[in-house]
Amino acid sequence: MSRFASTPAVEAKLRREAAAGAIFLGMLILILLPLFAIVAYLLWQAAPSLNWRFLFSAPTHGMREGGVWPAFIGTLYLVTLSLAVAAPIGVLAAVYLTEYARDNWFNRAVNMAVLNLAGVPSIVHALFGLGAFVYAARLGYSVLAASLTLAIMTMPVIIASTRQALLSVPHNFREACWNLGASRLQTIRTIVLPNAISGILTGIILQVSRAAGETAPIMFTGAVFYKAIDPGTLFPYALDEQCMALSMHLYTLSTQTPGVAASIPNATAVLLLALVFLVNSAAIGLRTILRSRGKW
Amino acid sequence: MIRIEVRDLRLSYAGREVLHGVSFDLRSNEILSIIGPAQAGKTTILRCLNRTIDFVPDARMSGGISVDGEALNGRTDVEALRRKIGMVTPLPVGLPLSVRDNVAFAPRCAGVSNRAELDGIVEQCLRRAMLWDEVKDRLSIEGTKLSGGQQQRLTLARALSHRPEILCLDEFSIAIDPVTTMRIEEVLKELRNEISIILVTNLTQQARRLADRTMFLMKGEVVELAETSVVFSDTPSDRRTYDYANGKFG
Repeated sequence: MSRFASTPAVEAKLRREAAAGAIFLGMLILILLPLFAIVAYLLWQAAPSLNWRFLFSAPTHGMREGGVWPAFIGTLYLVTLSLAVAAPIGVLAAVYLTEYARDNWFNRAVNMAVLNLAGVPSIVHALFGLGAFVYAARLGYSVLAASLTLAIMTMPVIIASTRQALLSVPHNFREACWNLGASRLQTIRTIVLPNAISGILTGIILQVSRAAGETAPIMFTGAVFYKAIDPGTLFPYALDEQCMALSMHLYTLSTQTPGVAASIPNATAVLLLALVFLVNSAAIGLRTILRSRGKW
Repeated sequence: MIRIEVRDLRLSYAGREVLHGVSFDLRSNEILSIIGPAQAGKTTILRCLNRTIDFVPDARMSGGISVDGEALNGRTDVEALRRKIGMVTPLPVGLPLSVRDNVAFAPRCAGVSNRAELDGIVEQCLRRAMLWDEVKDRLSIEGTKLSGGQQQRLTLARALSHRPEILCLDEFSIAIDPVTTMRIEEVLKELRNEISIILVTNLTQQARRLADRTMFLMKGEVVELAETSVVFSDTPSDRRTYDYANGKFG
């Protein structure tokens, strides 16, 4: 006969449960604290420089005054170009690996290689980009070389996340389509991709943040300390020119430029954070819209 | 006339043979039922017929299958073949599309784009699957939102949507209530005037009610293939058939 009354053993069990919950909550707070601290500190330090003029003007007086517009637009350039290369290639390669490739040792090895490539440190990609794009392909230090390096860096992660999204579409759906006389391609276009799109987008978006934040790959291949641009044009950089970028700008402001007011690098960091935050929010919005359209 | 001719069909999954030389014919305007215990190879035969076996990585097939006199081989237009052979699977799968688009899916894949023509196909197929009255006012809801039994009938409607000349039903009634099952069985009897039907079923009574001929399959071998009245008589040619039909094993 079992009883439910509170005995010392039951009390001990309840205490253990409470303690476990408290430990998990504690870990969460440990993570949240530095996050809030960083944002609060940055905002507080950046306050004197945070205004629209800072965003839309070029740095002056050897970076000690003025704004970050050339770096901001440079980052947008690099991220857009690298994604334009990495996203289609990565997604299509993942479709091949998931929907077409046979399950043999070669394709298993390819999958393993992609996963390992996704874990390679960015400085290694930087060196590869320098050798392959700047020198071997003779692109020189340029927007194009830097974008391609970022694309090489983000592609394996896009492949891996796209594969996960495709695999999460139930196999039954594919079989139902095949039974109805749909070809492989029709099945992928009408059923598999629409149902995997939100997961695919999530993976791509995370790579936007990563491409925007990395310094090493672009420092080696095309980002410069300073470049004067015409503030009137939206397309100030040619593909074979070098460009400025926010992450690089932040690095040089903080370590290579003496006598900069503390608020300028901090405001640059705030802008970088804001850019990443904006892109992520847009992606989450887009994902929600797509999800509510293709519910299953 | 013979619609499908299967000769010495052998199939192995990863080296393990599960069909050991199966031969049978499907005649025009007949219902051929395939009965047999689990692991007999019933579903595998159907997957060989419409060549969805191609999608199983480790499967190796040998032997001959011809449909309306055309032998299937590596260069067969499998999509056209699958449109000719409708398939209803045991587990209902509502595609993540609206009810209307579920049924219009196959005609669209085959190139039909006329809205009125598609609407006509959708209504006719849903009526034949005894689903029209339940969904006619909500054709735009997701197919996956229907109940299990409704999704099963949706699967049936979908299989009819590409006007198959041969219809394979694999346990089509496991999620459908007895009354609706009976009504669908009446539809199948009518359909027999136009097409040929292969009915895989665990319900021996269903085979008895519907089938012209019955094939008893066990462990990948045809034990008996004869007129349904013979298979379910007291004197089928093989003792195991009698035992199975009378519930003594399996």
